[in-house]
Amino acid sequence: MALLEVENIEKHFGRTRVLENISFQLDQGQALAIIGSSGSGKTTLLRCLNFLEKPDSGIIRVQGKPLFDANDPATQREAEIRRKRLHFGMVFQSFNLFPQYTALQNVTLAPELLAKEQGSGPDKAAIAEEGRRLLAQMGLADRADHYPHQLSGGQQQRVAIARALAMHPDILCFDEPTSALDPELTGEVLKVIRSLADQNTTMVIVTHEMAFARDVADQVIFMDGGVIVEQGPPEQVICNPKEERTRQFLSRYAR
Amino acid sequence: MSSTIIQALNSGFVTSIQIFGITLLFSLPLGLLLAVISRSRWAPFRFLMRGQGEDAPRWRKVLAAFRPVKFIVDVVVWVIRGTPLVLQLLVIYYGPGLIFDQNIWGSGYQGRYIAVLAAFVINYTCYFSVIYRGGIESVPVGQREAGEVLGMTKRQIFFKVTLLQMIKRILPPMSNEIITLVKDTSLARVIAVGEIIKAGENFLRQGIITPLFFTGVYFLVFVGILTLFFGYLERRLNYFK
Repeated sequence: MALLEVENIEKHFGRTRVLENISFQLDQGQALAIIGSSGSGKTTLLRCLNFLEKPDSGIIRVQGKPLFDANDPATQREAEIRRKRLHFGMVFQSFNLFPQYTALQNVTLAPELLAKEQGSGPDKAAIAEEGRRLLAQMGLADRADHYPHQLSGGQQQRVAIARALAMHPDILCFDEPTSALDPELTGEVLKVIRSLADQNTTMVIVTHEMAFARDVADQVIFMDGGVIVEQGPPEQVICNPKEERTRQFLSRYAR
Repeated sequence: MSSTIIQALNSGFVTSIQIFGITLLFSLPLGLLLAVISRSRWAPFRFLMRGQGEDAPRWRKVLAAFRPVKFIVDVVVWVIRGTPLVLQLLVIYYGPGLIFDQNIWGSGYQGRYIAVLAAFVINYTCYFSVIYRGGIESVPVGQREAGEVLGMTKRQIFFKVTLLQMIKRILPPMSNEIITLVKDTSLARVIAVGEIIKAGENFLRQGIITPLFFTGVYFLVFVGILTLFFGYLERRLNYFK
């Protein structure tokens, strides 16, 4: 059974249709890359998975359980949505680190709040240790006590990845994680994502880095105008696209 | 300067400081509350636009976008910011007695004093609410979304993520407004609550003007202390951007 099943997602902003008939599946340990031009609905799709947008119709299942069903209001209760969100992690294009907290505090804040809520009383030492381990995994062991404004964009984005991992999501989502970085810093972030893929982290990555998508993804979706034009393994979609629209799009990337 | 003068000025100044402190005590939290209320998105006629497109008739659009709670707060803030505080003091103190034949403030000095506090709290709550609202809106929406995807509650996001960033941003306009409040306390005299300038002015009848000059020194010193305090707060929050 697929870890993530998305079925017929549809989303409108006013009368503008931004997503139509979006369906795909993702297996445990696989990486899915979503490519396409700006305004094709990639980011909106990712935001639907994280409950930042509510689809007008469709179903989202994780491990066979429907997390969201547009026809079933019981799946849309505010209190539960908060829980369900934790199946997904999200890394934003603009990092969105909390500026008043250090790198380590950014990583540990949400786990501490969650532990406090579950009444066990947060084991701060254990959470901090886990946070340091994640930062070390991102190559930032010596940056734990720096504030975001003291870090480069690439470092900030890696802190954001550690922050998302700290909640142990089933599926980690990336929304153009390198688009706000200059080319020099892009590499260090891609390297981290690549190593996550090697460790079989289940990921959905919206990206404009074609070579990266080709190398890392097990599956690629090309979107245009809110619909999935083509999906399949990267050797097919990126290296040997069937659809004319996909070819047009890819021709703009020198290969 | 004689000790009677100093005593008179001191006691007037104590009144000024009391008005200042009590006004802040109430209007700082109330302003935040009003700011949050004014951001209410409750629109009871939103259903009018259901299934309608951009080409819907104008009356539907206007009515569907109507947010009554926000509207009421906007009107109140407009009236309070749009009229002089002196006028508000007079209306609040004399209004109930003259219009409804009911002096709700009680008699004597204490009644006038309470009326002064009521007017100041209402006035400054409105000013503060606008500053707070600007602060809330200036925190990027990505901060809230980052909290949401990490499973935080709205409350946790407000207190753990947004609040401090907001405070950092509103400190300069807040210090401005609070310094204005120090000087506005002198308006209490229009309903005969004797603050420091009134105390200084009383000596004019004896042909002495120096006390009046000295009232200015009291203000300068107090505002100076406040300025240092706000500078300290701003430096304390300088550790992040």
